[in-house]
Amino acid sequence: MSETLLVSTRKGLFRVVRKRGKWDIERVDFLGDNVSLTLTDPRDGRHYAALDHGHFGVKLHRSTAVGWEEIAAPVYPPKPEGLEENDMWGRPLAWSTARIWALAAGGADEPGVIWCGTQPGGLFRSANHGESWEMVRPLWDHPKRKMWMGGGADLPGIHSILVDPRNSKRMWIAVSTGGIWFTEDSGASWTQRGEGMRADHVPPELTHDPIAQDVHCLAHSAVSTQRMWVQHHNGIFVSSDEGRTFTEITGVEPSTFGFPVVVHPREPDTAWFVPEIKDEKRIPRDGRLVVTRTRDGAKSFDVLTKGLPQSHAYDVVYRHALTIDGTGDRLAFGSTTGGLWVSEDQGDSWLGITHTLPPIYAVRFA
Amino acid sequence: MAKVFFTANIQRHVVCPETEATGRSVREVLDNVFAGNPKARSYVLDDQAALRRHMTIFVDGHAIRDRTRLSDLVRESSTVRVFQALSGG
Repeated sequence: MSETLLVSTRKGLFRVVRKRGKWDIERVDFLGDNVSLTLTDPRDGRHYAALDHGHFGVKLHRSTAVGWEEIAAPVYPPKPEGLEENDMWGRPLAWSTARIWALAAGGADEPGVIWCGTQPGGLFRSANHGESWEMVRPLWDHPKRKMWMGGGADLPGIHSILVDPRNSKRMWIAVSTGGIWFTEDSGASWTQRGEGMRADHVPPELTHDPIAQDVHCLAHSAVSTQRMWVQHHNGIFVSSDEGRTFTEITGVEPSTFGFPVVVHPREPDTAWFVPEIKDEKRIPRDGRLVVTRTRDGAKSFDVLTKGLPQSHAYDVVYRHALTIDGTGDRLAFGSTTGGLWVSEDQGDSWLGITHTLPPIYAVRFA
Repeated sequence: MAKVFFTANIQRHVVCPETEATGRSVREVLDNVFAGNPKARSYVLDDQAALRRHMTIFVDGHAIRDRTRLSDLVRESSTVRVFQALSGG
């Protein structure tokens, strides 16, 4: 069971540690800087932290025995001279890392391999613990990549990367907005997945087009890639065939809208969500912050409230800000209003750690 | 050689001391500066080697015009100042 949380915020990276049964903030790194995401590599315990310095660009740091060191950040290849490529707003698309939006460790059989998803849509692979990066050109050069669009952000981006635990050549990524993409040859070729998802905010001709789907988060259990879960802009979708087809889940109170989804590491049918009012308001319904949980593949849901504020709560929980540890018992999430909660009992009850952090972008067990 | 100064705000991320460099354009001057301080390059230039969006460079008090190719001319006696917008929150 993990005893450490890495909390990425608008103003620094907070290390929250459980000691003698009590969670406390142990230290702050990069205080004042925008930390967008972390990864703890389960193969060697190293931490990676993505920073966005705004004026000075996106940077990547890696933990050392005594602190952090800056390492290479993914860099887009030179844009071919004369190539005209615009974003959905008609502006020239800059081939430049605008944001690191996903970090994932490669398989157990490929130590040192790290995957990185970015805005405006580039996927990068490092074979040496982030010392250098190479863009996955077959995906970037795929003709349909140019159909990806910005969702909540101006630019499209890869926010979810799932490596098959049994075969590290197989991988799923999810794009907002561009649906789900699958490779079974380490990225040399890609196919679109995600039939059955539905987007009701696009023209009717595109409603069921897999590339038009605004997947907010894609997740599966460590023991099964068959069952896949999507928190989508349009609701919750579940697959039982590795993301080839999805079924929409409706009628879940208080809402099926949200950003994150996490899945139990050994129970593929058990998943958690943090619902909000769809879709431009994006706040908990009636000011009540709740987590929803299904244990039966979305046939039924529990609404979990114990320990969570039930009046005038306006916390938004971003897609990387809900997490689960390797036991499946301990969960944690953080909000845009600086609240951080931990559950030791699969969400049945929650303990508020702090309500005064900067806006939280990501929460990860280390 | 042109004198080159960097904004104070960049210093806590990467040390960029006042320096001198040769070059007939902003590109040439910066290439020479970054050859000796490679870490600083990505803080000033984006992936395509253009000036980052919220950065600006003054040559002898005039903001450069060519933010992509950095072709603005620099003289032996020029002062090049690398600045950034003071925004955020």
